[in-house]
Amino acid sequence: MVIMNKLNFNKETIYTYLKEIKDPEIPVLSIVDLGIVRDVKINTDGLEIVITATYTGCPAMDMIATDIRMQLNKLGFTNLKISTIISPAWTTDWISDAGKIKLKNYGIAPPNKRFLIASNGVECPRCQSINTKLISEFGSTACKAMFQCDDCCEPFDYFKCH
Amino acid sequence: MNKPIIDYLLHLADNSLILGQRNAEWCGHGPILEQDIAITNISLDLIGQSRSFYQYAAQLKNDNTTEDSLAFFRTEREFKNFLLLEQPNGDWAQTILKQFFFSSFQFLLFQQLQKNSDETLAAIAEKSLKEISYHLRWSSEWVERLGDGTEESRNRILNAVNNLWRFTGELFIPAAYETELGIELNSIKENWQEKINEIFKNATLPILSNVFFQTGGKTGNHTEQLGFILTELQYMQRTFPGCEW
Repeated sequence: MVIMNKLNFNKETIYTYLKEIKDPEIPVLSIVDLGIVRDVKINTDGLEIVITATYTGCPAMDMIATDIRMQLNKLGFTNLKISTIISPAWTTDWISDAGKIKLKNYGIAPPNKRFLIASNGVECPRCQSINTKLISEFGSTACKAMFQCDDCCEPFDYFKCH
Repeated sequence: MNKPIIDYLLHLADNSLILGQRNAEWCGHGPILEQDIAITNISLDLIGQSRSFYQYAAQLKNDNTTEDSLAFFRTEREFKNFLLLEQPNGDWAQTILKQFFFSSFQFLLFQQLQKNSDETLAAIAEKSLKEISYHLRWSSEWVERLGDGTEESRNRILNAVNNLWRFTGELFIPAAYETELGIELNSIKENWQEKINEIFKNATLPILSNVFFQTGGKTGNHTEQLGFILTELQYMQRTFPGCEW
């Protein structure tokens, strides 16, 4: 286990470590890709990681905070504060472009401004058809809607604009 | 000194918690899988809202209070939720109508609250509003589908209107803590009625008039239903205080 030389880090290196933490529900995305990490503060008494919830009831938040703590603890950061903010409210606009590509490759249609309200025609992440239909506005997690592709006949999730 | 704002936060939190708990009763029992998932997702959003309000109330109280102690250790008379929300789920139509009445109300109220001078309250309202717009659209579509559907679905939603309408008056009668905080319910009442009229018209449902309204929930006078909810909701913490998963 590597113990960080604490003189030798900055905001950017901390972000690099945070990028290794995956969202528990969508394990191809890091918490940085998703826009959950809002800020990293290097205070005199330790590190502060500022996070925000995607949806107010997101049950993954406690787990994400624990994951951040574990990741940074093992790198030698023990004076750690994790604070949660609610304003400004999280939006899918904060999902990075790299994150959107990862979502698509994983089989989840990324948020698309043409479908602010989930409706028929969201592009199928498997066969790129737009001959698709909305099955339900609520999917396996609050942030997704369920779709079916009428060309490749596969079901898929759409990450709703939020 | 903080009393009205704490009471109001508890009122908002209790509303979301009690409806969230009711909706969660559908888990595994929804009419089809997609709708089972939808109603429990809404439940999760509501419980998330209640957590934000309870956390803020606990912070303002600034004693040993926590979000958990507020949810699990207050008694029936201390809960300030609307009577509407503690009513049994009944059938799908009754559940839908309850959600529709409440989401329409929340949608209008939270638009007002997101401009409140209390920044934390405003931020919680702004964040929740994004989710509420989904709840409102989903429940509106269901009211229309049931009202303008088959004879069976229509009878069920008519029955729900007859059962629940009497609990809607309370939404707009300000409690002392609301008056003190300057929460404006008159304009919300007008816009709420308009929304109900619009959806009921599409659903070919009648608007009831001359109904005697039941009140009391906002000040802690509940129907017998709340006790049963709290019994289940609080059982673990009452039996094993402070237990954790």
